[in-house]
Amino acid sequence: MKYWLALILALQCAFSSFAGEAIPLAEDPVVEQRMIAISEELRCLVCQNESLAGSRADLAMDLRRELRTLVKANKSDAEIMEYMVSRYGDFVRYRPPVKPLTWMLWFGPFLLLIGALFFLVRMVRRQQTGSAAPVLDADQRKKAQSLLKDTELPS
Amino acid sequence: MNRKALIPLGIFAVLVVFLAIGLTRDPHEIPSPFIGKPAPAFTAPQLQTPEQTFSGKDMLGKVWILNTWASWCVACRQEHPILMEFAKTKTIPVIGLDYKDQNTEGLKWLARYGDPYDLSITDQDGRIGIDFGVYGVPESFLIDKMGIIRYKQIGPVTEEALRDKILPMVRELQK
Repeated sequence: MKYWLALILALQCAFSSFAGEAIPLAEDPVVEQRMIAISEELRCLVCQNESLAGSRADLAMDLRRELRTLVKANKSDAEIMEYMVSRYGDFVRYRPPVKPLTWMLWFGPFLLLIGALFFLVRMVRRQQTGSAAPVLDADQRKKAQSLLKDTELPS
Repeated sequence: MNRKALIPLGIFAVLVVFLAIGLTRDPHEIPSPFIGKPAPAFTAPQLQTPEQTFSGKDMLGKVWILNTWASWCVACRQEHPILMEFAKTKTIPVIGLDYKDQNTEGLKWLARYGDPYDLSITDQDGRIGIDFGVYGVPESFLIDKMGIIRYKQIGPVTEEALRDKILPMVRELQK
């Protein structure tokens, strides 16, 4: 009886190791590495702030599967990008191509920076020239001194 | 009060306008690159009769709607009554794409809520969905006689979308 129990327990241990839902390891680490490198450049359409490489959304898993097939078929990076962009648009790329529609996206921040620098320089210059000019003219100075003379300073 | 003091107020007003426009837009609505382009070719087994296949080419010469749905899709139930009503009018064929679903579950869903589709095809591994750039169910595509996608409804088909966008386009395309 004891031996049977031990046997059952042993078998249970052996089989339980298969029970957990394991994430299937890539058959080919080279393919996997390239797939991950490409998918890090791509946005997951479901969780838009996650990359395709990091997302656990169902669609992301399916798309990674498609990317794996494309990598295995020896497609170039450009071809794979084209595959994704033709389906989901430029939005799917974290670095969208530079074209008239995306000019504001790429150059807008620099325009703002240049504008801000321009205003900063102008403001600083104006303050400098402002401080160089005499604050009081001769008459005002005299008046101020006479006022100061009459004032009793607290001892 | 000089005019310069109003500049920050002006900048603020512009910012408010931009942000207000931003609030009215849904970041999940990504413009489809397929509008004006031929619908991707596909051939898939039919849901009711899996031994029979259906292909997009079968619909050439007709204006039709491809509507993605699934039994697990909650928002599909929202558009379902609208599709049922639309099917009754027999305006144009509506083909269902049962996206990433079990056939039995899909059939159960149709039996339970009603079947607005002329026929449904199955896409168990989601490949047809990927070819159409589907990233959330439901999504619907209006396809013209030449097999070109004219309009994409992202999310449930609403009465307003049907009345103001889809039906006027259908009338235009059927000429």
